Amino acid sequence: MKILVPVKRVADPENANKVKVAPDGSRVTTDGLEWKINPFDEYAVEAALRLNENAKSAERLGETIVASIGGKDAAQTLRQTLAMGADRAVHILAEDDALDSFVVARALKAIVDKEQPDVVVMGKQAVDGDSNTAGQILGELLGWPVASFAASIETSDGGKSFIVGREVDTGVLKVKITAPCVITVDLRIVAPGSVKNGATPAEHAYGEGARYASLKGIMAAKKKPIDEQPLAGLGVDVTTTTKYTKFELPPARKGGAKFVADVNELVALLKSEAKVL
Amino acid sequence: MTDILVIAELLDGKARKTTHSAINLAKQIAAGTGGAFDVLAIGDGAKAAAADLAGFGARKVFATQIDGGYVAEKYASTIAALGKGYGVVTVTASTYGKDLAPHVAAKLGAGVASDISGVSVEGGTLTYKRQMYAGNVFGFVQLTTAIAVVSPRQAEFEPAQPSGGASPVEDYAAAAADAAAARIEFISLEQTAKSARPELSEAAVVVAGGRGLKSADGFTNVLGPLVDSLGGAMGASRAACDAGYIANDLQIGQTGKVVAPKLYIAVGISGAIQHLAGMKGSKVIVAINKDKEAPVAQVADYFLVADLFKAVPELTEAIKKARA
Ligand SMILES: Cc1cc2nc3c(=O)[nH]c(=O)nc-3n(C[C@H](O)[C@H](O)[C@H](O)COP(=O)(O)OP(=O)(O)OC[C@H]3O[C@@H](n4cnc5c(N)ncnc54)[C@H](O)[C@@H]3O)c2cc1C
Ligand SMILES: Nc1ncnc2c1ncn2[C@@H]1O[C@H](COP(=O)(O)O)[C@@H](O)[C@H]1O
Repeated sequence: MKILVPVKRVADPENANKVKVAPDGSRVTTDGLEWKINPFDEYAVEAALRLNENAKSAERLGETIVASIGGKDAAQTLRQTLAMGADRAVHILAEDDALDSFVVARALKAIVDKEQPDVVVMGKQAVDGDSNTAGQILGELLGWPVASFAASIETSDGGKSFIVGREVDTGVLKVKITAPCVITVDLRIVAPGSVKNGATPAEHAYGEGARYASLKGIMAAKKKPIDEQPLAGLGVDVTTTTKYTKFELPPARKGGAKFVADVNELVALLKSEAKVL
Repeated sequence: MTDILVIAELLDGKARKTTHSAINLAKQIAAGTGGAFDVLAIGDGAKAAAADLAGFGARKVFATQIDGGYVAEKYASTIAALGKGYGVVTVTASTYGKDLAPHVAAKLGAGVASDISGVSVEGGTLTYKRQMYAGNVFGFVQLTTAIAVVSPRQAEFEPAQPSGGASPVEDYAAAAADAAAARIEFISLEQTAKSARPELSEAAVVVAGGRGLKSADGFTNVLGPLVDSLGGAMGASRAACDAGYIANDLQIGQTGKVVAPKLYIAVGISGAIQHLAGMKGSKVIVAINKDKEAPVAQVADYFLVADLFKAVPELTEAIKKARA
């Protein structure tokens, strides 16, 4: 099947506590931080690759296209996913500050209209803005059904439908969704047995997490095409719905940890000082 | 003046507590702008749930019965049809609300402020406070659209208490489902076994375990007694959930549940950024870890450097004694 995977470049999430705010509060600054692929999008790429391969024979079963909307440097992120095994990339050039989930979803819709994928597999949330909205909005704009927070995907009806296990607060909500559709993925989609496509033998166990690019993959990625075009060229409405008036760092927790000698001291402090017992 | 529509979250035919947090937000906005709020109970068992929600001071409570399980494609059209008469539509930032809100927003051409932890009203303008970058930045956002769709965090909005009185309850006819509903079908909701402990997002004490507990047995037999000695809820890190020590729905963090109890005890949890995002709003934080350099020290008030397999049973006994 043909799968589109939108991916976003974000400031290194492992060092999110080093993010700063400009003195006037007008913007978030990420100076000194590396840029990484949004982890949920990396998982989405992994899920798409698993759907589109026979892991035993290494046969490819369909095309996986990655797409990013962002500045020049987003090309590096696209290259990284091409090295993982995606086939080609679309890069919509735009300033990150000019985007919100609606602009992103409209741009993605334009890509979908052109590429006509069977499925869009994407992250449930970009970990910079932590919005968790673009996938559902895209589904609405396309008139496609959406299975969000997928922790498992199993193809059925010869690849036309999917049984998706959605991870929800109270357990697992299973839906059957039929292409064309949008699936947004949660963390556990990259557990060893989370994706079953009928071609890869059921007993095949993937490693934990997303695959690394092999050296061969990295070399191959250099030759794979990235179709680059400006956001303005898509002809979509670029008005945003959000206006951030200021940013602040959260107040630091006071003090820092008080190291206690033993259980007795801990209980005494919880009782007399913290007054929580 | 802003009128607000609260979407109740139903489970097994009852409104979940999350609904009461959304009502709290609605009351704040109504008070700040001189508006009123209504509630929509939608789903299976909507009528009974609506009756239960009539005591919270809403101008009106609507009920829309929709059979079968939840998929957004069957709910969003009705919510949007009713919601277009309001300035704000709100549903709590549970997985239900996070899934549903953007669907409704797209239909209404409304902006979304998801997972908010506060609201302020100034001259009729609403500004929402949101945590971004795993809780490392607060963003203050306004929506430039006529209607706003907002999902408040349960941990940041105390559940509204019944205020007496009885709002009129009215049936609201379901709108036609989306065409896309023909391509998505609810199969089942496999709920995790109900525990006798309080719900994670509502507990005053949360004791969470990490990879350091080493097994499911560690959670049951080492952590469990400590949880119960405090009458608390059990939580976990992602690593513990991924390893299968404990149910996934007890994961706390950026991608799990957000909690803000009076007392949080992190046992054998290193304190990765994504975990801290879900618990650093707790009032008092205790860490038990054999590594004194573990990053959880950045947010802990008290830190016991110890082997948890020795310290936790001792602590359980000491707490039993202290509370006896
Ligand atoms: C996109 C993304 C989202 C994520 N979301 C979440 C999330 O929502 N929630 C979450 O928790 N994580 C999340 N994570 C994972 C996170 O980065 C960490 O990997 C995870 O929190 C680590 O869990 P842990 O602390 O249990 O394990 P570890 O980091 O392995 O820590 C185990 C700790 O136990 C201590 N320990 C071991 N044995 C003992 C002993 N006998 N006595 C005392 N102490 C002991 C060790 O010193 C160590 O500090 C996310 C990651 C990504 C990429
Ligand atoms: N600038 C972008 N380019 C490509 N995909 C994006 C972009 N922003 C968001 N997305 C996709 O939308 C998902 C949800 O993002 P969000 O709604 O911002 O949390 C992400 O996981 C990505 O798959």
